[in-house]
Amino acid sequence: MDNMVSLQSYREVTPPGSVDLIYHLAERLKNRTLLHVNSTRLGGGVAEMLLRLVPFFNELEIPTRWEIIEGTPLFYQTTKSFHNALQGQAQLITSQMYEEYIKVNKKNARKISFDADFTVIHDPQPAGFIYKKPRKAKWLWRCHIDISRPQRKVWNFLKEYVSRYDGAIFSLPNFAQKLSIPQFLMYPSIDPLSDKNRELTEEEINGVLTQYAIPRDKPIILQVSRFDRFKDPLGVIEAYRIVKKYNACRLILAGGSATDDPEGLQVLHDVQEAARQDEDIIILDLPPDANSVINALQRAATVILQKSTKEGFGLTVAEAMWKGKPVIGGAVGGITVQIVYGRTGFTVNSVEGCAYRIRYLLNNQEAAARIGENAKEYTRRNFLITRHLSDYLALMVFFLQG
Amino acid sequence: MNEFHFMGCIEIKELLGKRADDEQELLELIEEVPVDSIYYHTHSYFLRHYYISGEYPNDFANWAAIQVRDRVLGERLADVTASGGKTIEDIRSEFIEIIDSHLSQLKTVPAVVYGQPFYFMQSHIIEVPTGVSVANLAEFVEALKTTDASAIYNHVFEARLRDRLGRSDFALWIEQVLGRKELADKFEMIDSYMYSLEALRIKLLDLCQGELHG
Repeated sequence: MDNMVSLQSYREVTPPGSVDLIYHLAERLKNRTLLHVNSTRLGGGVAEMLLRLVPFFNELEIPTRWEIIEGTPLFYQTTKSFHNALQGQAQLITSQMYEEYIKVNKKNARKISFDADFTVIHDPQPAGFIYKKPRKAKWLWRCHIDISRPQRKVWNFLKEYVSRYDGAIFSLPNFAQKLSIPQFLMYPSIDPLSDKNRELTEEEINGVLTQYAIPRDKPIILQVSRFDRFKDPLGVIEAYRIVKKYNACRLILAGGSATDDPEGLQVLHDVQEAARQDEDIIILDLPPDANSVINALQRAATVILQKSTKEGFGLTVAEAMWKGKPVIGGAVGGITVQIVYGRTGFTVNSVEGCAYRIRYLLNNQEAAARIGENAKEYTRRNFLITRHLSDYLALMVFFLQG
Repeated sequence: MNEFHFMGCIEIKELLGKRADDEQELLELIEEVPVDSIYYHTHSYFLRHYYISGEYPNDFANWAAIQVRDRVLGERLADVTASGGKTIEDIRSEFIEIIDSHLSQLKTVPAVVYGQPFYFMQSHIIEVPTGVSVANLAEFVEALKTTDASAIYNHVFEARLRDRLGRSDFALWIEQVLGRKELADKFEMIDSYMYSLEALRIKLLDLCQGELHG
């Protein structure tokens, strides 16, 4: 993994002038210091994003550190329950768990230097650090999770901390809460130069298809996602079966199912059952680091689906769009932000709607190519990591201007 | 000679925590939100769709037409623009009048059933130098070809409305510094609400090329 890619390398893939704009914006922040804090350096979207963004800030002469909060098993169990409760699932959180959260936050806060001009605290785990905020520093709480319908008790507990920040950042408008501090919108992003998104040669793509015994004799319909009911893999199979009555095609469902997730394993089992006796359905249970494989599958596909019935932001849509593919997505969450109906893809509300749009794209190759091209340009403008970087810089300048 | 400095911009999107689930709520919130919110939903719209323009040129019209599925209101709201020297407050009043009149003719208030609510936001624009300055029309053309699209937004929409110049920065400079009034007038005649920023770039370049080579 090419972790130390310079910002200069992004000139080739970003809109003309946008990297220059970043350099000019950063001049106003030169030698201001920045601290990011989250809960892990490895695994998960936040760590992946910081792994790229932190070197960019340093390259722009904004000295930036990245610290993590370290906890006990009870702390991790608590924050996992917080995470689920904030996403609307009923959770039982005991007073001992709340106490553990406070204790671990206090203990970690003693080990970290909070002398930066700007501090961005990611997600609920280290939110309690706010009590260490120096008077003149600006602190932002960056929430990456869907808190549109949080369990009230947990949110009220966290709100005590969040309200003391200078601002909060959310990924979608409906995640905003009733807060006394300003709330900002910042979409997540993809890295166009990462293994999952970089350009591949035909040879590399064919290599992956050969490795997984996938012939290219028929158009490929692809959905990449965890085996999770909310991603509706069974609905995808139903849609494929409708399409199959009219058009030759092959369906690939590629994803992973965490071994510690019994529901995921059950969904995978149900999907395998539903796909039995159809050799044109290929199910790939991939490891979490199969980034190059996913990249190749997306590039080999004719139409890409993300037929979720519930979704946070759904960055797999932007990943697919970046490969110039027409995407059909469920009309939920951040999918509706990424897909401009009829222009960068289609959002659908039913199995039948999904099947209809697959048929439309398979039979209207010019329209499919145009939509794919639009999708790539839309992603280039809105969902690349360079835009994410300029959003952070602009917000820092905004706070500096008072 | 006064040079023209291309200035790009980045928009900070602030969530106001206010949402409308039906057209009556939309009306009430349009009345109460800060003017920067009306601006966000009617103009910085172009900054967010600078490659692809949506169905109608403002968020209110698109929401009514797509999310509420009220095509009539969507079409009426789409016709509201700041052309003719209107201010954002003028636009707000027009939206209020249109929605009020529309609702007065209906027995029930159209609401979101399957679509998404309208979330009010407001924009803060941070101006950023692109580092490019030009001194004549030929240099202007070269810079316009490659400048970040946000500079086109900044010098056209921001200049006309927020800075209350009434005309785009481009037209002012071309007329006052280059003395090419006819070209400046042609710039101002463009119905910029009908173009994405990239399409607007092409349109402006065509006019300049005509001036240089015509």
